[in-house]
Amino acid sequence: MIISFTLNGRSRTVDVEPATLVAELLRETLNLTGTHVGCDTSQCGACVVLFNGEAVKSCTLLAPMLEAGTLLTIEGLSGPGGSNRLHPMQEAFHQNHGLQCGFCTPGMVMTAVALAAKNPTPTEAEVRHGLEGNICRCTGYQNIVASVLAGAAAMHPPAAGE
Amino acid sequence: MSNIIGIGAAPRRKEDFRFLTGRGNYVADVKRADMTFGVFIRSQHGHAVIRSIDKVAALALPGVQAVLTGEDVAADGLGSLPCGWGIHGSDGLPMKEPAFPMLAQGKVRFVGDMVAFVIADTLEEARAAAEAVVIDYDVLPSVVGVLEAVRPGAPQLFEDVPNNLCCDWELGDKIAVATAFKKAAHVARLSLVNNRLIGNPMEPRAAIAEYNRGTQHYTLWTTSQFPHVVRFLMANLVLKIPEQKMRVVAPDVGGGFGVKQFHYGEEAVITWAAGKVRRPIKWVADRAEGFVSDRHGRDHVTEAELALDENGKFLAMKVNTLANMGGYLSTFGPNIPTNLYAPLLGGVYTTPAIYCNVKVVFTNTVPVDAYRGAGRPEATFVVERLVDVAAAEMGIDRVEIRRRNIIAKEAYPYQTPMLLEYDSGDPMGCLEGALAAADVTGFAARKAASEREGKFRGLGYSTYVEACGLAPSRFAGRLGARGGLYESATVRVHPSGQVTVLIGTHNHGQGHETTFAQIVSEKLSIPTDKIEIVFGDTDKVQFGLGTYGSRSLAVGGTALVKATDKIIAKGTKIAAHMLEAGEGDIVFENGAFTVQGTDRSKSFGDVVGAAYGLVNFPVDVLEPGMEEKAFYDPVNFTFPGGAHIAEVEIDPECGSVDLVSYVAVDDIGTVINPMIVGGQLHGGIAQGVGQALFENCVYDETSGQMLSASFMDYCMPRADNLPNMQIATHSTLCTHTSYGVKGCGEVGTIGSPATVINAVVDALAHLGVSHVDMPATPSRIWRIIHNRANRLRAAE
Repeated sequence: MIISFTLNGRSRTVDVEPATLVAELLRETLNLTGTHVGCDTSQCGACVVLFNGEAVKSCTLLAPMLEAGTLLTIEGLSGPGGSNRLHPMQEAFHQNHGLQCGFCTPGMVMTAVALAAKNPTPTEAEVRHGLEGNICRCTGYQNIVASVLAGAAAMHPPAAGE
Repeated sequence: MSNIIGIGAAPRRKEDFRFLTGRGNYVADVKRADMTFGVFIRSQHGHAVIRSIDKVAALALPGVQAVLTGEDVAADGLGSLPCGWGIHGSDGLPMKEPAFPMLAQGKVRFVGDMVAFVIADTLEEARAAAEAVVIDYDVLPSVVGVLEAVRPGAPQLFEDVPNNLCCDWELGDKIAVATAFKKAAHVARLSLVNNRLIGNPMEPRAAIAEYNRGTQHYTLWTTSQFPHVVRFLMANLVLKIPEQKMRVVAPDVGGGFGVKQFHYGEEAVITWAAGKVRRPIKWVADRAEGFVSDRHGRDHVTEAELALDENGKFLAMKVNTLANMGGYLSTFGPNIPTNLYAPLLGGVYTTPAIYCNVKVVFTNTVPVDAYRGAGRPEATFVVERLVDVAAAEMGIDRVEIRRRNIIAKEAYPYQTPMLLEYDSGDPMGCLEGALAAADVTGFAARKAASEREGKFRGLGYSTYVEACGLAPSRFAGRLGARGGLYESATVRVHPSGQVTVLIGTHNHGQGHETTFAQIVSEKLSIPTDKIEIVFGDTDKVQFGLGTYGSRSLAVGGTALVKATDKIIAKGTKIAAHMLEAGEGDIVFENGAFTVQGTDRSKSFGDVVGAAYGLVNFPVDVLEPGMEEKAFYDPVNFTFPGGAHIAEVEIDPECGSVDLVSYVAVDDIGTVINPMIVGGQLHGGIAQGVGQALFENCVYDETSGQMLSASFMDYCMPRADNLPNMQIATHSTLCTHTSYGVKGCGEVGTIGSPATVINAVVDALAHLGVSHVDMPATPSRIWRIIHNRANRLRAAE
């Protein structure tokens, strides 16, 4: 079937089998391999993308559900004004050593962006709770939590005069 | 030159950008033209005879290229998967070493054992065809536990391995230990289980193989920690294809932890199959497949005894362990519960006599091999638990009993009774640091506060040492290693003065691209952004043993320093010629070769330019170019270690254990990049905490079915299970590595399980609890608390 949606700021029309998972569509058809698949039970969160602004596991989403929606993947996350610079959350992960092998990283970053968008000033406990759906085997989460706290602050700089 | 980032600095990682932007290149991301897809058919039975395999229906399905089975393997005369270690039993006889076929030959020995490989044009077609292959099994009884496997009448995995016993191995002075036990004022005894773990790197294993009919070259992309070893073992011993026609690439790899440091049958099958179907083949494991095929870790059952004099001084230790090997011998399998376990039973203590017997046992489970720490967490768990049991029984404070037995800093180098000579260390210094950081003096008040809320609070200590930087080859050879364990590095200085390092270790999260660049930057005064670290491709890198056993910096880093020293030595000769001075008068400092005591000098760039341009170059005595290679074989292990303190709070209503705080003060030698080291320690500790509180691989005892084969059944530590850990280093210098570095990849995982369980036992001590097996899950703790409470009530 033919579906149309906005992918990383560009409108896309693709022909897909209705049973195709979004993770599979991204990786196999659209060659966007930044979205990773780390499990088969929707437990690990490596495949998290933003769909209409919500963090979703793309392994639980069927391609036809994208129709007329907006999808953002790690490849489409960029700095201010669509520049090639890192998004503040990506930069925060870089500065705080919030990644090691990099495999869970796209899902972590996308989850963190959604979390910080909803809660601009999260506490450490809120961040830890918010990352429950994402497994990292390398970092012990400590520097990921620090990254998300720093990234949330960077995404919401205090307004002038505050 | 402010952009020189050397040793001790914490530059952000060079490798981060590609991972943060979704531009990493993992095996599953690789696509090749005309690629087919492979699916492995795995045994659904723990133990069965294969009566027949009917592939006719599968072959008739659309898109199917081939269905390969053990018969095809046998017909092609291929070898079985080799074991890299050959250990000997206490009777002097070699271990039993049954063949480990890449596809089952007549019998399957664990759920997940590979029976057939199906190749089709698409993944869906391959899956459909796999469903259509009809396999007729005669199901046999399975045995999954070590105690059951050695009992008379147990199911036998191999005809020629009586009692499923691979090897009855020992180390230590049995007579000295027996004598010491007779003199003991007190003997502490402990029975424990070291739970089976699954490493679960977040990237599932994957492989792609391709065959070039024109050149007869094979290429294998694989999720491996040691591509050269895969090439060596697979080309020479399994597939028998010329090594020079085999290229193995391990690109970005999403975590290893040991799980990816073995030569797996999937690698051999897919490479062989690519030659047969003459098209590239891709296989990516799904997670369920990983659970039943990634090599597992730990799985010991142990009885240990510690003899003490009346002052709590350790006199001798005796340990008997049964270690599960699973269904076959994996690459390092028999080495882990023997050579990487028993020698560490001395711990950081002056125990003069130790004896250890290990029965290495086959069962109908996934083969067991190295997982982060590999043998050393098991040894540390035995020692540190036993010390706590002894302290409790003798009424000695747990810190005090450690003080009385710890090897003094001045006593290093220290020869243990278990082969190892520790070159350096200061365990007491680490413990003092940890005691201060953990605010142990404030614990009583915190415990009282918990009690007011109806909760139990406990404090746990572990002072420990490990042996890593694997490994001194001659030493390892005497213990059964069938190959060397050195490392190599090439430093290629380009005509521009920029540098490519080709190194045999593999970076899969450890930050090598940054750490190694810092070393070269420090040595040559070149900015790190002009230095590229290349690894993971046998066509690029000369040779290497890969990354495992916390060896990359200690062994690979030392090879890199040696190669860089050769660059400086050659540069000195060239500069002497250019400056018309004696070689002995040239010094290399701050990126320039200078005639000592003068202002006459040539920059590194000038010298490199001369080496390639040859305008002013001593071509009659020196070869052109600027590239040097070094191999380094370590003279000893390195011995990192430290002191960890954990504090837990237990809610008796539900049995949940809350890890409230964690302090680690570790001695890891010189720190090159403290940011990266911090990440290694956090991650290592989290994995040890996982073993202590959450993770457990469980099999059904009769069917051999795995009951914990998904992330819904196997509990991985998550962000809200862990506290912010307080880590610090208290380093002594390794005496034989460059800069005095030791390993830091495994220490966290080695020290932490005992620390956490010691804290859990402390929290429950008032109920008379002296040991808790791992993992200390809510159900286990709830049962312990309620059984004790019922017993106490009944006694009243």
